[in-house]
Amino acid sequence: MTSHAAEHHDEHHHGPEKGLKRWLFATNHKDIGTMYLVFALAMFFVGGAMAFVIRAELFQPGLQFVDPGFFNQMTTMHALFMIFGGVMPAFVGLANWMIPLQVGAPDMALPRMNNWSFWILPFAFTMLFSTLFMDGGAPAGGWTLYPPLVLQTGNAFPFVILSVHMMGISSIMGSINVIVTIMNMRAPGMTMLKMPLFTWTWLITAYLLILAMPVLAAAVTMLLTDHYAATSFFNAAGGGDPVMFQHIFWFFGHPEVYIMILPAFGVISEIIPTFARKKLFGYSAMVYATASIAFLSFIVWAHHMFTVGMPLSGELFFMFATMLIAVPTGVKVFNWVSTMWRGSMTFETPMLFAVAFVFLFTIGGFSGLMLAIVPADFQYHDTYFVVAHFHYVLVPGAVFGIMAGVYYWLPKWSGNMYNEKLGKLHFWLSTIFVNVTFFPQHFLGLAGMPRRIPDYATQFADFNLISSIGAFVFGLSQLLFVYIIWQCVRGGTKATDEVWEGSHGLEWTLPSPAPYHSFELPPTVR
Amino acid sequence: MRATSSTYSSGRAVSDNSYRQRGHLTLSLVALIAVMFGFGYALVPLYDVLCEITGLNGKTASTAATVIEKPDPDREVAVEFMSTVNANGAWSFEPVTTRLTVNPGKLYTVSYTARNELKENRVAQAVPSVAPGTAAKYLLKTECFCFTEQAFLASEEKQMPVTFIVDPELPAHVDTITLSYTIFTKNKL
Repeated sequence: MTSHAAEHHDEHHHGPEKGLKRWLFATNHKDIGTMYLVFALAMFFVGGAMAFVIRAELFQPGLQFVDPGFFNQMTTMHALFMIFGGVMPAFVGLANWMIPLQVGAPDMALPRMNNWSFWILPFAFTMLFSTLFMDGGAPAGGWTLYPPLVLQTGNAFPFVILSVHMMGISSIMGSINVIVTIMNMRAPGMTMLKMPLFTWTWLITAYLLILAMPVLAAAVTMLLTDHYAATSFFNAAGGGDPVMFQHIFWFFGHPEVYIMILPAFGVISEIIPTFARKKLFGYSAMVYATASIAFLSFIVWAHHMFTVGMPLSGELFFMFATMLIAVPTGVKVFNWVSTMWRGSMTFETPMLFAVAFVFLFTIGGFSGLMLAIVPADFQYHDTYFVVAHFHYVLVPGAVFGIMAGVYYWLPKWSGNMYNEKLGKLHFWLSTIFVNVTFFPQHFLGLAGMPRRIPDYATQFADFNLISSIGAFVFGLSQLLFVYIIWQCVRGGTKATDEVWEGSHGLEWTLPSPAPYHSFELPPTVR
Repeated sequence: MRATSSTYSSGRAVSDNSYRQRGHLTLSLVALIAVMFGFGYALVPLYDVLCEITGLNGKTASTAATVIEKPDPDREVAVEFMSTVNANGAWSFEPVTTRLTVNPGKLYTVSYTARNELKENRVAQAVPSVAPGTAAKYLLKTECFCFTEQAFLASEEKQMPVTFIVDPELPAHVDTITLSYTIFTKNKL
């Protein structure tokens, strides 16, 4: 697919700036990508610490450690940190690092905006974190911010809204950058249907972000004016309707869940062909399937709110539209499996995570199909079954996708191979204990345990105990991930340019580690 | 930044044209973002229009209807009255009549009793809802305490009337209509 190896013009090379200035004024896509990834990793641990509090409280029935109000703050903040601080910035980090390398561009199209979109995030999350220390505590009404409950938030309320705005602005700017880079800076010969799938899924994700995030911004602005400017968007006494918030929120919220999974689809579609030593099966089908999923994500929002009261025809429409998503998703899973079929596979850590992704994400997809069935959803709604479902698609789904990508590209970034033994240990600990954590939650939900409660009936005790043990071990084994990355960045076996035997694509034509400035002269793609 | 600009000037020849294209695309994306922000707000009237067209949501008209009585003595419909106090608002709020059998096309008046349980002057707003939602547009009110805000003195009790007529066009399968009011405290602003 590619010709030129990277060409060097050492006389023009400017290394990075020295010290803090390199990071504060960074415009280099690799530096910014690294900052995004490190920031996301830090937020995973903050959000993880909150999950730790939740699982400690649920270890046994009764109230042990925290009061119910603080428990609710933990569930809300855990979600906000993991979604907006963990998963989304991690994918933007991967995009920053990999998209210019994959399309043969020297950098992102709008480097200064890139700097800004990253540096908003630490401020947004510092502000969100600070709400924990405010009068009335952090937001506790759930990450979905439903009124009228969320309007009862104490002093934290305007800070929450403003931090959500900042996170939105950050990811919108990130998406503009991704789209402009992909549309205008591809190397000659890199036609749209030659682009690597990670780039493709990110292009579609970026459009989803641009269409969905401003709607969230509108919704939270309405909350703000309802609270402070006496508007009545969601206040029934003034002629508004709280249910309308749910419609507007989920019009953003459902595309949002695909924003968190489509780039993972892209990563997996890069990794499986490499380690199966075969071309990806059905490349264009993968592209069209991703686009179909993105389109469908805008017409299924009300399946999150079947129980609010909806006409039968509405329930049927949203049920069938939701089930339709299983078709393009099924195409993707089929193609991943077909790529592996009769491939000469090896199971290095990225491949292990990728295979686990295919298997475990599909379990999450199936429980999603169960939830789409309206009469069944009336029983499952707001139970632990829902918690199990979305954690299956987000943890062994999105998060495994991120970790697979990090193991896959880390040698290209650092120039060193990571410790394969420790990587495999990290994989097995994560995979076993993610299932120990979340699989029993299916049973809890089907038995009727509601979500977002700090105490439960004793009949739920055993499965909660298992789930908490799983969560503790899963959380602690992520420290191993940090150690492996640290060790790899510090040194180790030198990586070759190709890194992996079956690797394919422009990024592998560059030296390892990838030079500070790459593709100053565009490569030619045949 | 210096490194970036020198990259472009030395290595890759980036034409002005390419920069212009980038600028155009960026601007059109920014415009799209502004449109989507506006769309978020446009969902508010869209939601109301959709509820009105489909008759969902059980909302009755918020102003008085003009009707001509044309009683249909052969048909009887039960109308049930309910009350809810929002957010423990310290109101006593009860229907005087809880169930009434009516003939469509004939005007009836019932009333609700409301008492301000606080020793301070307050303003209340009652919000109606009809079940089944599709019956809402056939329940026409010529007079209702819900049309305006109601001012209450400290500990005041009031009888609040509602005069309504069931439209004879009410679909045949509906034999019971439930009219429910929720009373909200309107803050003194």
